Amino acid sequence: MYPEYMNESLEKVAKSRNKRFELEKSGEPVFPPMNAEEREQVLNKFHPDYKAEARRKIHIGQNKGEKLTTEVADMLESHSRIKPELFDLTQPEYETDILIIGGGGAGCAAAIIGMENGAKSIISTKLRLGDSNSMMSQGGMQAAVTSQDSPTTHYLDAIGGGHFDNKPDLVRALTEDGPEVVKWLENLGVVWDKNEDGSLQVLHGGGTSRKRMHSCRDYTGAIIMRTLMDVVRNHPDKITFLEFMPTVELILDNKGRCAGGILYNLETEEYFTVKAKATIITTGGYGRLHIRGYDTTNHYGATGDGLVIAYRAGAKLLYMDSVQYHPTGSVFPEQIAGFLITEKIRGAGGQPLNKHGELFVFPREPRDVESSAFIRECLERNNGVETPSGRLGVWLDSPLIEMLQGEGYINKNFPAMHRQFIRYGIDITKEPMLVYPSLHYQNGGIEINERCETNIPGLYVAGETSGGVHGRNRLMGNSVLDYNVFGRRAGKYAAKYVKSVKLGPLTLEHISNYENELKKAKIKTDRIAPVLLPSYTPEDVRKRQLTAHYQGTLR
Amino acid sequence: MATKKPAKKMPVKGAKAKSAKKTTNKEMVTVFIMGKAHKVPAEATIMGAIEYSGYQIIRGAGCREGFCGACATVYRLPDDYKIYTGLACTTLVKDGMWLSQLPAIPAQRPVYDINKIEANVATFQKLYPEVFRCVACNTCTKACPQDLEVMDYIQAAIRGDIEKVMDLSFDCLSCGMCAIRCPAEIVQYNVGLLARRLYGKYLTKESKQLKKRIKEVKEHKYDKEYQEFMKMKKENLKKKYYERDIE
Repeated sequence: MYPEYMNESLEKVAKSRNKRFELEKSGEPVFPPMNAEEREQVLNKFHPDYKAEARRKIHIGQNKGEKLTTEVADMLESHSRIKPELFDLTQPEYETDILIIGGGGAGCAAAIIGMENGAKSIISTKLRLGDSNSMMSQGGMQAAVTSQDSPTTHYLDAIGGGHFDNKPDLVRALTEDGPEVVKWLENLGVVWDKNEDGSLQVLHGGGTSRKRMHSCRDYTGAIIMRTLMDVVRNHPDKITFLEFMPTVELILDNKGRCAGGILYNLETEEYFTVKAKATIITTGGYGRLHIRGYDTTNHYGATGDGLVIAYRAGAKLLYMDSVQYHPTGSVFPEQIAGFLITEKIRGAGGQPLNKHGELFVFPREPRDVESSAFIRECLERNNGVETPSGRLGVWLDSPLIEMLQGEGYINKNFPAMHRQFIRYGIDITKEPMLVYPSLHYQNGGIEINERCETNIPGLYVAGETSGGVHGRNRLMGNSVLDYNVFGRRAGKYAAKYVKSVKLGPLTLEHISNYENELKKAKIKTDRIAPVLLPSYTPEDVRKRQLTAHYQGTLR
Repeated sequence: MATKKPAKKMPVKGAKAKSAKKTTNKEMVTVFIMGKAHKVPAEATIMGAIEYSGYQIIRGAGCREGFCGACATVYRLPDDYKIYTGLACTTLVKDGMWLSQLPAIPAQRPVYDINKIEANVATFQKLYPEVFRCVACNTCTKACPQDLEVMDYIQAAIRGDIEKVMDLSFDCLSCGMCAIRCPAEIVQYNVGLLARRLYGKYLTKESKQLKKRIKEVKEHKYDKEYQEFMKMKKENLKKKYYERDIE
């Protein structure tokens, strides 16, 4: 239930609805889309990335001297969790062809395709298999399938959305593999939304010029992720998954090739050594670092672990200055602040409105532009709605969808969203949602090529933790596609690579070297990374946590 | 929820690590986390309350938005004999609530090859014979935090109506509450997953356009245009992008 004081604004939204319905029906854009200059203007002034303190110089490692997102630079300038001298690398506890770090969508896809190409793998995952942002994607997956669309049109949309910074080879791989991925997933048993004749249902997303969003109601990620997990579980002889066992450092061999990792059992606090001919990092994003203090749509484990372990081993990062804020994070009620409200809502005709019930932006600009326009509407124009806890938001008019698509459409196509709000007495078929940008996606990451190779031989990266695919801004539906396309590619190329590689003696020397670099750069810090888990312990509880020396290393 | 604005910001969800601070000027309730009493904000979710009380969750939190099923929780309320089930991330606390999270659900799951099974009732008989022990008591349905008609889809599985199982189980989070409450010891959520995969793979009509597009890509139909775009100067690509028509 919305508090009474919001009624006046809610009435204005209801009052303007018929007019906006006619506008939507006319086929013309309901609000003029921005041109290049207008986009640049609103981004420069209002996108959180463009604030001076949002970025800072990093003093060590491959990207030394470059400006990175402040929280990322902090995380990278940190100490390891381990003392290298305590490990006997000649006696690894596990040996395998491929070590896959991260059990989300990219990790599972890599394991499956790796297996089909003859490679056995171990998946090291911090939480349970499938606990990932992949599980949470709601709206859908882009792929150019319809006759009026083409992979090259998809290419143009993606590269324009990314401000033309995307690596062309990666965008080609992404868009060209798209249709094949749709089929691959269906063959594994993913239930796509389809029409009677078997054709795939498609919708628009922000920044798309063609309708190419494929979905599984609004549980797209959950359906795909559970299918991939099920495949993994059907091959216990080829794929081993170790849950609550994150990888906290990489291992190299004497020739600088990646040769596995050090795993940490979160529950028993033991460390284990995995020797692997190739390693694939699929650890996902970093939303739980709460960059710029923002709430996040991300899952509990999204702390950017892969970035720091790869960086210590000498990997190069790309576009690590760019953060994606999803335009429509929930701001009311307080219990679901920051939660994702799928872009599919706008794809189906939902409109963002200010407190006067007026349109103020084209509903489907690329995400960074749309988010900046929301922030401008609230902060500069004072047209936001304030919540009882002091947050600001704009309306996202969902009842309009029922008018446009027919009664019952929301219940059938947005069961997750409907459920999320009805728990708090808000029926989104009758009332709009209140939204504000929420920290959503890591645009940059570890630099890869179209074979998912990095600058370290034997180290492959796929999914959100990689950089270059999306330039400096990802479009909706391209991340689900990303983890499938590049997860599959990583599995394929790593499996090929392991057939010929012969590893030399293993080493953790890069960890000691990194410590020396920290010292040389005169960085004094008690930060330890990978972060592993965020802490939501209240300050006064922390003040009482006075154990002098923790046996465990988690806290 | 409060109806006046603006009230003081509450650390209900603990959205920002450093902002969370225990306050005393808000309405508080007492909950018993694994039997131990803690005072927590009345508006907190169970997950928020656990963290507010100082626990660092390892098992029992995943997506935190109601998609992953990691935070299955059982609880009882004062003066009430019933056992309640819920997701910690989306269920609000109540005064006197006695709660415990389930760190993992033990469940049987046979290994199978999706390419070697058929979309019919015999597959359920073979892989999940316990399905046929269902006594239609409806406890699973009552236990479902998603309010799914769990018993109905188990009954549909018994009839071999795979489409119905797919449809009714579509929003399942595999939290395992149904399985832990079932007197017939069925693992409902795995049955639902099997049915969805069978439906997706075997019972949907093929998209002809998809087949055509995959063939076009394989026959290098788009190579030339890709090469053109990939070589294009940024200025020209920009022009092309802003001039493109929108469906």
